Order: sequence, then structure tokens, then C-alpha cells
Amino acid sequence: MISLAGRDILHTWGKFVFTGVGLGLLIGVTLVMAGVYRGMVDDAKVLLDNSGADLWVVQKDTLGPYAESSSINDDLYRSILSLPGVHHAANITYLTMQVHKDEQDVRTMVVGVTPGNLGVTPGWPTYLVAGRQLTRGHYEAVADIATGFKLGDVLKIRRNHYTVVGLTKRMVSSSGDPMVFIPLKDAQEAQFLKDNDAIWQGRYRTEANPAFNRPNVPDLLDAVIASQSTNSYVNAVLVTLKEGYSAADVAQSIQRWKRLTVYTRAQMEGILVGKLIATSAKQIGMFLVILAIVSAAIVAFIIYTLTMDKIREIAVLKLIGTRNRTIASMIMQQAVALGVIGFVVGKITATFSAPFFPKYVLLVPQDTIVGFICVILICIIASLVAIRMAIKVDPAEAIGG
Amino acid sequence: MQGKGIRIENLKKRYGTGNTAVDALKEVNMEVAPGEVVGLIGPSGSGKSTLLKCLGAVIDPTEGRMILGDDVIYDNGWNVRDLRALRRDKIGFVFQAPYLIPFLDVIDNVALLPMLAGVSNEEARKKAMVLLEALDVHHRAFAMPSQLSGGEQQRVAIARGLVNRPPVILADEPTAPLDSERAMAVIRILNEMANKYETAIIVVTHDEKIIPTFKRIYRIRDGITQEEVGEGRNFV
Repeated sequence: MISLAGRDILHTWGKFVFTGVGLGLLIGVTLVMAGVYRGMVDDAKVLLDNSGADLWVVQKDTLGPYAESSSINDDLYRSILSLPGVHHAANITYLTMQVHKDEQDVRTMVVGVTPGNLGVTPGWPTYLVAGRQLTRGHYEAVADIATGFKLGDVLKIRRNHYTVVGLTKRMVSSSGDPMVFIPLKDAQEAQFLKDNDAIWQGRYRTEANPAFNRPNVPDLLDAVIASQSTNSYVNAVLVTLKEGYSAADVAQSIQRWKRLTVYTRAQMEGILVGKLIATSAKQIGMFLVILAIVSAAIVAFIIYTLTMDKIREIAVLKLIGTRNRTIASMIMQQAVALGVIGFVVGKITATFSAPFFPKYVLLVPQDTIVGFICVILICIIASLVAIRMAIKVDPAEAIGG
Repeated sequence: MQGKGIRIENLKKRYGTGNTAVDALKEVNMEVAPGEVVGLIGPSGSGKSTLLKCLGAVIDPTEGRMILGDDVIYDNGWNVRDLRALRRDKIGFVFQAPYLIPFLDVIDNVALLPMLAGVSNEEARKKAMVLLEALDVHHRAFAMPSQLSGGEQQRVAIARGLVNRPPVILADEPTAPLDSERAMAVIRILNEMANKYETAIIVVTHDEKIIPTFKRIYRIRDGITQEEVGEGRNFV
């Protein structure tokens, strides 16, 4: 038996292809939306992978340092280092801000990293694509290439200038902002640095406070002002473990003795994926549902219209003895063919357009397979309206009078 | 008539019930022998189309008998379980307009019926080509219907009606869209095919050009058929 659907498609291929392209663009948007979600999850995982930590030590009862603000003293890492099972502990700061270069203004996550060695000290960029790692204590930066900065560029963070000495890749925050690594001391200063007027007004207020400006204690005022202009806090301490130690056991030990909150890798991933991007995921989910409904409506409308155009032929086919299931199969095959054309166009569109999106779009084969199955199911369901109409066609319509 | 052909006895068709009932066919009696072409003539609203639909197993008669070949297919109820298969295998249709399937080429338009009956594509196309050759449209076998002239399309439609070698063909005003010359050609072809394939052909028409070509006609008026036998123009 010849394929009636195939012949009809070949006969009206232009209509099919153009409809398929239109549907494909819609499917492409759907795949990109799924890719945006996957990208967000991947960004979160990359953030954790790149930190190189086994444990995140943060302010007690907070979800820091990524999902909530966290502030702990920068000398706590020493006492953590002394606990059994801890291999390395390093302070780290995270600050999302606009970084300026000439007239350019890029949203980044500025990471303050402790001086140390690559592969040993957690928090460092794990690899470079150009230049070198930070070697000086001040005014050097390693930037992700997504920032658009180049080696030798001079960046302005708050009032200070930093020279880009290295470039890294795929170092992003959980919201996809590229990272700029600077020395910890500079980052601590950047986090709490006020403008000149604010500093001046702060000093004036302190001087005016009789509790700090006692006539018979001349050094007290200077000490108070000095403490106000320095920052001894970091957002978290990243910890790596010695071999053979359980992350949960060491985390429990730190929580018990240091009265801090500690997260393992799995817990931190749960916070990032389950809490930080949960709302975005729901938003994307809603879009996917709407796009699926719109796609189904379009396929149903197109197939219904194509079937309406063939009412007389369907009546003739039924009159000459064609079974209902042959006609239903023809309509369903056309709907599926439309879906396949649409999916191929959509996949190509998504693949080629993904790199141009400002946020990371990750197209995974699993989503492609699920997407394909969903498209085919939607097309089959959408064809049911047209099939119902075709089955109701009276073969007597082919006989005039 | 013996053996084959079609015989209709006291066929009635009533639409609706009670006060609104309409008797579209009151008393239809017909007999068409194999190889014979008869005309079914009547004014609009006389019941031609209803009779054609009953004969084509598209609607159910109310009562009567229909005998197709040796089989009583209707006797106050269908004796055939699968009317679709009956239409496919035992009844050929030729319509006022050719109604060819626009997305199939000529040969597959004709071969579709045997294919639907389970014949292999190759075999079905062979059968189709034999008929296309007989109707002299074989040279357009791989053209699309839209590339054919009106006369060629009608010949292809006749080939489609004949391809399963049905004992009866119902032709619903097959010459209506054609000029005199082409109309006469179609009637000549129907006569040739009826002779060649021993098929009984009922031609519904009110085309005065072709009425004289029938040796026997049935007039239908107010749902009642009346047989007339004569030669040529006596019918007009």
C-alpha cells in the first residue's frame, strides 16, 4: 500500500515546509528555554566544581555564600585548619558588581581569593586560557573571557585599578555572571569601601561621639576610626579534606566546635538548584507549558485546515472503500511529519542560536529526546480533531444531488 | 438476466418518520444485465441520487431487494457485513466530476483500489496500466491529475471504476462537464468497457445529447421507476 500521507506531503510540500519552519521556530524557542534552565543548573555546578572545595563554611544559620549573604571573621580559617580531616582552608569573598573598563561596563562576580598555589588552595581559577595566575598581593586580576576583557586591560573596581594578567573560561556565578578574580585583601576592601564623603562623614560622627573622643584617652579615637576603615570579614571559608575523611563528619565537627554552618558539596548543590534557581525554573516551566499548548494549537489548526481542504477526496476515498483507519493514519502521519519537520528545524535553530544568547544555554541530548517525544505526542493529540472530522465525513458527499 | 448484473425489486427509501416522513423512493424495479449500459433519467428531485446512494451501499434502503450477481445483498436489510468492502470490490463509481485524488499520479489513482483490497503495489499498477491502455491514457500514467484535460481525467475516473472488475458500475452524470464530442466519447468508452469486462453500467443523466445512445432506459419520477425500451431518439 502506498503512503497516502507521504504523497500528499510531496504534493503540497511548500505548504508543509513553511508550516514546519514556523512550527520549528516555536520548537526552537522551547528547546532554548529548556537549554537556559539546563545552563543555569550547569552554571551552579560549575561554580561549585571550580571552587575546588569539599566544604563551605559560612555564617551560622545562613545559606551563604551564594544564596544568602554570609559574613565570618577572616581569621577563622586558622582554627578550621587545626581540625582533623581538614587539608586546606582558604577565605573567599564574592561580590556581584559592575566592573568598569574605559567606557565599558560589565556585570561580573568579583571573587577575592587567598594567595596560595593552583590545585591546592581552594577558590582559585582551575585553569587559564591565557596569561598567568595572580602572583601579587594587590591590583592584579584574572578574568573570565566572557567579560570581554583582554590581557593587559586595566579594570576599575571601586576606586582601584587592576591589570588583567590571566584569562580563564567557564568561571561563572550561579546566575551566569562571569567571574573576575582579585587578591583577597583587595576584595575585602572593595566589599566595604565607602566613598570619600561617606568616610569623612563617618569620621565626623565618630569624633562628635563623646564615648570615642575622650579628652584623656587620645589614641582611642584613632583606633576606632582605623577599625571602621578596615574589613576583617570574608563570606566563607572553603575547605578541602584529607583522603579518607568523610565530608559529613568533618562538617559536623566544624559546626560543633566553631559554631558555624557548614555545607557539603551535595548540600550546596541542593541550595543552588533547589532554592536559588527554583523560581527561575518554575518560570521556565510555565513558559514550556504555554509553548507546548501553542504548538499543539498550531499543529491542530494546520492539520484541521489541511483536512478540510481534502473533504471531497476523503469522501471519495471512503466511497471507494478506504477504511477509516487508513484515513486516520494518513492524517496522523501528516501531523507527525509536520512535527518531525518542525523538530528538525527547531533543533537546528536552537543549536545555532544558543551561542548568541547572553546566558549559557546548554542543550543536552536527554532534552532533545524528551522534546522529540513530546512534539510527536503533541502532534498525534492535535491530529485527533481532524481525524474525528474526517471519520464523520459521509461517503455520500461524493455522489452529487 | 442470468447469473450476473444487478436486479432491484420493489426498493423503497423513506427519510424521517411520522408526519415529516418523505418517501424518496416509492417503488424501484430495475434489472441491468452484464455488458449492458442503461440510462437512469429523471428530473431534479425525482430520487435519482437517492437511488444511486442506495445502489452504492452508501445509505440504507427502507425495504426491497437488491441482487448483485448471484448474491442477494439486500433483502429488507443488508446481507453483507462489510459494506465498505462491497463498495470496493463489487461496485465501481464514476462521478460527475472525475474526483481524482490530486496528490496521486494517474496510475496510482487507478491502482489505489486494488491496493486497498490488499493487492501488492506492483500487481495493482499492472492492472491499472492495462485499463489505462484500454482507455488510451497510458501515456499520461505518471502525470498528476491537474496536468490532464477534462476528457483524460474522466477516462482515468472510468479506469478507476473498472479496475477491481466490479459486476456493476454506477456513473453519476459522467458527461455533465464535457462538450458533445467528449461526452459521446465517454459513452462509447463505457459501452466498450461494459462489453469487454461484462460489467453492468447504470448511467444517471439528464444530458439529452447522450440519452439517445441508450438501448434501454429507466425513467424515475416521484420515486417510481418506469422502464422504456427503444432505439435511439425515441427516448428523447
